[in-house]
Amino acid sequence: MERLIKSILGIALVFASVIANAQTDVEMADGMRSEGKIYVVVGIILIVLTGLVVYLVTLDRKVKRLENLLGDRNSSPK
Amino acid sequence: MKNWLKILAVVLLFYVHIGGMLFDVPRLNILNETIRALYFHVPMWFGMVLLFLLSVYYSILYLRNPAPRFDYRAVEYANVGLTFGILGMVTGMLWANYAWGSPWHGDPKQNGAAIALLVYLAYFVLRGSVENEEQRARLSAVYNIFAFAAMVPLIFIIPRMTSSMHPGSGGNPGFNMYDLDSRMRLVFYPAIIGWFLIGVWIVSIRVKVRTLEDKIIELENGKTY
Repeated sequence: MERLIKSILGIALVFASVIANAQTDVEMADGMRSEGKIYVVVGIILIVLTGLVVYLVTLDRKVKRLENLLGDRNSSPK
Repeated sequence: MKNWLKILAVVLLFYVHIGGMLFDVPRLNILNETIRALYFHVPMWFGMVLLFLLSVYYSILYLRNPAPRFDYRAVEYANVGLTFGILGMVTGMLWANYAWGSPWHGDPKQNGAAIALLVYLAYFVLRGSVENEEQRARLSAVYNIFAFAAMVPLIFIIPRMTSSMHPGSGGNPGFNMYDLDSRMRLVFYPAIIGWFLIGVWIVSIRVKVRTLEDKIIELENGKTY
C-alpha cells in the first residue's frame, strides 16, 4: 500500500514538474515586465485612448450644441 | 445614448487596456505574448456583428414603418460596423503575419470575413447609386437583410465546416486552451462590451449629424419658396 501511494506521488510529481516546465519554457516578455518598462507601453496606450475619448466627447458636445441651435431656430416664430 | 453608458464604455476600455497588457495570460508556443491581441482583435469582430445586428433591426423597422429616422440608424450602424470590421481585418492580418507566417493565408475564416465585408461595402454602393431617397431607403433596407443573412454563414458556419487555422473553427484545438481560460474572459468580455458601446456612441453622433443635415435642408427649402 505504501509503495502504491509513493509511486502515485512520484508520478504526480513528475507531471507537476512537466507542467511547470511547460509554463516557463514558452518565451514571454518577462524581462520587459520585470524591468517595469511594460508600464511605459501601458501609459502610452492610455494617453492615446484618453485623447481619442476626449475628442469623441467634444465632438458629441459640438453636435449637441448644433442641435440646440437649430432647434431654437426651428421653434422660433416667423 | 445615455450618459452612463458612455462612461461605462470608457471605464471598461481603460480597464481592458490596462488589464490586457498587465494581467497574466496562458503561456502558449508560437503565440507567446501576441495572445494579448485577442483582447483587441476579436472585440472588433464582435462589435461589428452586434452593430450589423442593430442595423438590420432598424432596416426591418423601416420596412414596417417607412420613417427616415429608421433609415438613418440602419445606415449609420452599418457604417460604424463596417469600420469595426475593417479594423478587425487589418489587426487580424498583422497578427496572422506572426502567428501563421503570412498576412493572407486564404484561411476560410479570413476569406469569409473578407467576402462579408465586400457584401456590406456593396450596401453602400447600392445606396450611392439610387437618387430617390425613399427608394434608396427601401432598397437598401431589403439588401441589408440579405447582407446580414449572408454574413452569418460566411463568418460563423463555413469556417466551422472545414479545417481552419483560426481559433473557434473546425479542426483547431490549439486555442481551446485559452478559449476556456477564465483569466482571459475577465478582460475579453468587458472589451467586447466596451468597444460595442463606443460603436453605439459614434452611431448616435452620426445619426444626430444626419438628422441635423435633414433639418437644414428642410429650412433651406422653406426659404426658397
